[in-house]
Amino acid sequence: MNYVEIVSIIGAVIAVSFGAIMPAYSEGRAVAAAMEAIARQPEAAGTLSRTLFVGLAMIETMAIYCLVIALLLLYANPFVG
Amino acid sequence: METSPLMPDILFYIGPVPISRAVATTWALMAFMAVFLLAALRRPAHDAGPVQAALEIVVLAIVKQLREILDRDPWPFLPLLGSLFLFLCLANLAAVVPGATPPTGHIETPAALALIVFLSVHYFGVRVRGAGPYLRHYLEPNPFLLPLNVLSELTRIFSLMIRLFGNMMSHEFVIAIVVFLAGLLVPIPFLLLGILIGIIQAYIFTVLATVYIAAAVGAVEA
Repeated sequence: MNYVEIVSIIGAVIAVSFGAIMPAYSEGRAVAAAMEAIARQPEAAGTLSRTLFVGLAMIETMAIYCLVIALLLLYANPFVG
Repeated sequence: METSPLMPDILFYIGPVPISRAVATTWALMAFMAVFLLAALRRPAHDAGPVQAALEIVVLAIVKQLREILDRDPWPFLPLLGSLFLFLCLANLAAVVPGATPPTGHIETPAALALIVFLSVHYFGVRVRGAGPYLRHYLEPNPFLLPLNVLSELTRIFSLMIRLFGNMMSHEFVIAIVVFLAGLLVPIPFLLLGILIGIIQAYIFTVLATVYIAAAVGAVEA
């Protein structure tokens, strides 16, 4: 196993682990804010949950970008043979 | 785990053209939808039978959601967005059938669907607003923002593709790892979660496509 593969695996681990921190935190904040808003105004739950889902999808995209980078490093690395 | 999730697994060849498992599953789903809907709606009656009533409930629920997002008559957009949602629901739930894998878990199916959304956004924008006003909205609020507007068109379609692909593929990965580590019956809760994830991702893909189209026809800012 040469250096490129070792560094790629470490890079994939770092990408997934650090890339999951802020999306998880911000998804938690978004869900908490939506919960509070639904508790205040239950009649707006439909609009709120639709907007919440779209927003969560946007936030989640950042984590999935990290996952894709990790997968590229592991399976489609341009620097390995 | 040894095979790359980015590579298609080839089932068989038609002449020189390789047919992957995702393509075969997609054909099976399309055939199922076409045959089922033609059989169910062969004689649509005014007093709807149970199957026709269920289908009407589904269609009207989709129409209600689209009307809330688009803020205009949703019926011109229904053939695209409704069949997108129904196909994605079936495709994401394909893992329920033993032996089948969701075609959306491979990169080519989300790429094709995202390309359809990309082209239809411009089609609906030009048809509803006219070519001139539609192209002018790239210059708003300032002509200096033209490169960023064009870039955001491309990146949002790319993220639409990657989101669907990443969610479905990573879920397959999680199940494979849990089976590998824990054994036979342990992944059943994850399979239940997979049904939820599949329907939510179909919903999100359709809602985002609707939001992009709504922005193109000038209903909302995005």
